[in-house]
Amino acid sequence: MPANPFNGHTDYGIGIGLRVPHYRHILAEKPTVDWFEIISENFMVDGGRPLEVLDRILEQYRVVQHGVAMYFGSADKLDCEHMRRIKRLVKRTNTPWLSDHLCWGSVDGRFTHDLLPMPYTFAAAKHTAQKIRAARDILEVPICVENVSSYAEYHVSEMTEWEFLTEVVERADCGILLDVNNIFVSSQNHNFDPLDYVNHIPHHRVGQIHIAGHSKFERYILDTHDHPVLDPVWKLYEHAIRLTGNTATLLEWDDRIPTFDEVHGEALKANEFIERVESCAA
Amino acid sequence: MESVRELKELQRLMASMLFRPLDAKWRMQRTTAAGARTADAAAGFIKPNDRLTSFERLEIYNRQYWFRVLDCLYDDYPGLRAILGERKFMRLCRAYLVKYPSASFTLRDLGSRLEKFLRDEPDWAAPRAAMALDMARFEWAQIVAFDGPSKPAITMDDVLDTPPEKLRLGVQPCITLLALDHEVDHFLQAVRKRDGDVLRGEASNAIDHAPKSAGKKSRLRPPRIAKVFLAVHRCENELYYKRLDPVAFQLLAGLRDGLTLDTACALALGGNPDPALAGELRSWFSEWSELGWFCKFSKLQSP
Ligand SMILES: [Fe+2]
Repeated sequence: MPANPFNGHTDYGIGIGLRVPHYRHILAEKPTVDWFEIISENFMVDGGRPLEVLDRILEQYRVVQHGVAMYFGSADKLDCEHMRRIKRLVKRTNTPWLSDHLCWGSVDGRFTHDLLPMPYTFAAAKHTAQKIRAARDILEVPICVENVSSYAEYHVSEMTEWEFLTEVVERADCGILLDVNNIFVSSQNHNFDPLDYVNHIPHHRVGQIHIAGHSKFERYILDTHDHPVLDPVWKLYEHAIRLTGNTATLLEWDDRIPTFDEVHGEALKANEFIERVESCAA
Repeated sequence: MESVRELKELQRLMASMLFRPLDAKWRMQRTTAAGARTADAAAGFIKPNDRLTSFERLEIYNRQYWFRVLDCLYDDYPGLRAILGERKFMRLCRAYLVKYPSASFTLRDLGSRLEKFLRDEPDWAAPRAAMALDMARFEWAQIVAFDGPSKPAITMDDVLDTPPEKLRLGVQPCITLLALDHEVDHFLQAVRKRDGDVLRGEASNAIDHAPKSAGKKSRLRPPRIAKVFLAVHRCENELYYKRLDPVAFQLLAGLRDGLTLDTACALALGGNPDPALAGELRSWFSEWSELGWFCKFSKLQSP
């Protein structure tokens, strides 16, 4: 959906992740970019260069916050100090919506710094949804939760991943950040059809889409964000926007990062698929 | 699974297996901390698939955890690494992280308890324990100076009206004052020159490589033994470290700890009536206030 309650009724186009190796180029050349996604945690600091750079970016560009450590799926309660820090950043960036992952990553105050898969159970969905609602109430901004890529499944799971995602977002009444690369990676690792996933989620809740590259190993695929987007992921993207409409799209490139132009050029390839879908619909 | 309690139990179980160190070949250990077979423990909660066993699926996460945290310390502590050598550095990091797993949402804080660990368990850095401790403190101070908090700076003009016997000045909280026994500042410069600076990657949730390997590097002479007084600070958001005269250091440390200007000066001068020193004192103060080192004193910031 181009604009919906879950992305703050905005109609952002194609953006890229704001990454350290590109700072100098962006600040000096001021290239045209529809929007940047920032990793919230990188800017949840008390001072210094990161906030100076962010403020200069905010003077020129639209910025959306993407978190990696709210851990909605962790059994622990939301951390109040963490929420205070995010809220301070929300006020700074004026982000129209924010996203974090449908995963867990910490327990008893110890952090794995990973995005770990959830057991797909009703109890877990209920708990996760409650935390998302609580976070939205504190932060006062729409929240989209992102599906993660995974390499393991639990015996206790009671449903598919897309059913779990649906259960959580319906209960929380929140948005979805649909990562089509993650769907593809997980479909290969867990032997399901990625189209089944994309077909069976509530499309009206998709507020943003992620695309990215991954690495194929002999027996599994790893979500490494260090390559251009692969063909099957573009195909899945095209299928997704047929169902969701032209939705704010962001390319993630986090490792072995090439030049700014290369990353931005890769992101803009999404336009081909958007145009194709729109011409079919017309 | 019926409840949040059961969810927590599952997460505790999995976390305990991820936090368990890898073996010498960077693989998941065959036995758990409790002495059970890891394969059985993994099979108890992780499904296998047609290509990977439960053990192998869990191992992906176990390896990712260790590669990520070790990579982080590897990047944050190049000086410590050069002092200890790569193998001893890795052994130290592993022991440190077993005792102090990350307790913060950000990897930035991962080394926050390394100083304490090196004080409590110096054997991990023997026979260079004292040198390693100096370097670990110095490198942590740089992390604090890079993005730690700062307050509005005050200048000497702002406080002219307060008599010195009543005047308390705060030192910016992002500044660390260090009294060290080794010339770790010169040593770190030599390390940086040798290695070139490395940028840390950002936020994919996957790491597919073992921590960076040493490669062939020229050996550096270890830091010389000498009393060194340093202020690690930032100026216009650039990181700096500045050597201080011992008297200057004592003065700043006194102010940081809440002494009045009068008392801090008297203590630092130690009854030395040298008139040249009084002139120097004035020039230090004007330099420090120009650098924005002073802020309003608050009790909370004194250690
Ligand atoms: Fe993503």
